[in-house]
Amino acid sequence: MTIQFNDETFRDDYSFKNSDWAIKRFPFPFHEDSYMYSVNMEQHRGGPDGSIYEKRFDVDEHYVSEMRDRAMVLADDPLRCQSLPHMTLAGWDLLELIMVSKSEDYPDLFELHRNGDKWRWVNKPMGIDDSFTFLDEATLPYGPMEYITRQTQGDFCVLDQRDDNLWMDAGMITTQADWSLDFDIGMNFFEWHAPVPLAHEKGIFVRALKFLLSIQQGAPARRLNWTMTVNPLLDTSPENYHKWGIQKTSVTPENIGAKQHLRVELQTFFRLPRSNALVFPIRCYLCCFDDLMSVPKWGRRLHRVIRDLPEELATYKGFIDNRPMMLDYLSAFDDGQPTSMGIWPDRDTEPPLKT
Amino acid sequence: MSKFTFPESIRSRPVYGTLEPRAGAAHLLIADAHGAEAILDVATPDMMAKAHIIYIPKGEPFEDKLRALKPAQFYSGPTYAAAEQRIHKAFADAKMGLQLYLSGTEGVIGQAQHAAMQAGIPHTAIQTEHRGSTARRMQCVHCKGITEDVDVDPFQCAHCGLHLFVRDHYSRRLAAYQGVCIDAEDPGNVPPSKGIYE
Ligand code: HEM
Repeated sequence: MTIQFNDETFRDDYSFKNSDWAIKRFPFPFHEDSYMYSVNMEQHRGGPDGSIYEKRFDVDEHYVSEMRDRAMVLADDPLRCQSLPHMTLAGWDLLELIMVSKSEDYPDLFELHRNGDKWRWVNKPMGIDDSFTFLDEATLPYGPMEYITRQTQGDFCVLDQRDDNLWMDAGMITTQADWSLDFDIGMNFFEWHAPVPLAHEKGIFVRALKFLLSIQQGAPARRLNWTMTVNPLLDTSPENYHKWGIQKTSVTPENIGAKQHLRVELQTFFRLPRSNALVFPIRCYLCCFDDLMSVPKWGRRLHRVIRDLPEELATYKGFIDNRPMMLDYLSAFDDGQPTSMGIWPDRDTEPPLKT
Repeated sequence: MSKFTFPESIRSRPVYGTLEPRAGAAHLLIADAHGAEAILDVATPDMMAKAHIIYIPKGEPFEDKLRALKPAQFYSGPTYAAAEQRIHKAFADAKMGLQLYLSGTEGVIGQAQHAAMQAGIPHTAIQTEHRGSTARRMQCVHCKGITEDVDVDPFQCAHCGLHLFVRDHYSRRLAAYQGVCIDAEDPGNVPPSKGIYE
């Protein structure tokens, strides 16, 4: 299908909206009625037609507006994009991976013409047509990682692999769930995960790292992660927390359905060919409670998950104070009927809400 | 002065050991304040014959005792920043087999350790021991201003004025803990400050 790109904002007047198409394909992150951290990784080998898993780098109706928001974040704070000196080759690897994938997966939107190291990249939605020399930084307006991630939805961590660990040595981070690249750059897998509760004790990070270290080129992996955000604000950074934190107190029983968003990250993992680095795209999808409740299965399940979520996780994810109000809202969508396994909406088979 | 035992913490937070004399072609010892006591404990005549001590007294009375160890080279300076160029040169001039000993406050240990790693000193040649003040070097995540020797929490950022919660999350690259606005969701509700380990 051709994508109709929205003209919308993720700040100030928050005109962001999901179409019915976007709601239907929203990556609801709970495959059962409860949630706990686990090593929830699987191969990233496509998915159902139209789903967010189908393409290597999903492009949706928010693309152009998200890129505009990213440019604004970077203008305010250029340190959201950093690359340590030894990571430039990995940046070229990433540029190649994205250009090849997008031009193959969305030939009507993106074109890549290669003649030796002379490349031409056409990005129609953003009105870009650039010619450059592959591996020659001087021929691009930004470094290779910054250039391509200014044109690709989602945050990107580029990890150097050495000493049996991963090191966060480069990144483009403007849609983060409250962590700072500028602070975390240079850390290893265990260090940047240090603030996460319970998961270290459960051995999750030791097992997850082992899995990641062995990811091979051409065999990417993926997982979903989630949190809660008030208003469709992409840039929930610690840097700006003193400005956006107050928005959490603006939720009322009347506006919660429109203001409270489930924030889901599709996280993927690709091995890069020349640098042997690992790239970790973190693609953020937002959906307000009202829209989620249009799927009966998601209404029932979200209520049960949020109700039973351990306090440590609700605190870490930053919604412990608003949880009672969320539950008041969500309980109206839980009639106690059983739910089918899996994340998909199952609209045709799940019963409507009993009233 | 007795040694402080830090409580269990998260994985980004550094842990410190106890300095031990090691065989080495040369010995570089960097310390501030009560860190001098760790040097006095570890020093041997053999080591001192090949030793360079860089000391930042911060008003503590150990300089004469350190000089009495008769290190091959001795320097005393007012601040880490003042000593920094000398430290960088010592790393740049380092030959294979250098042993590095860092002791004192977390701020000085962290900064010297980062400089050493940048200079390519292998981490197996670096030992650390915390002594004296448990104050932290902290970066305000909002204005990025660094404050040395923060010993209370919450702490009002000297640069931007925000009241900060002093986290345990630590960056080796910045050699600093992270400070994050404590009253963002309830402006003005700042609990009274107390010692970080109280
Ligand atoms: C190499 C790729 C990865 C990167 C760059 C990465 C990065 C991060 C970062 C920066 C955070 C926020 C920590 C904070 O509070 O400051 C985080 C949280 C987390 N990460 Fe990762 N991560 C990676 C892979 C994984 C994998 C494979 C798992 C598998 C279990 C995982 C599990 C988690 C969990 C459970 C959280 C807490 C999230 C929440 O509750 O909202 N991460 N990660």
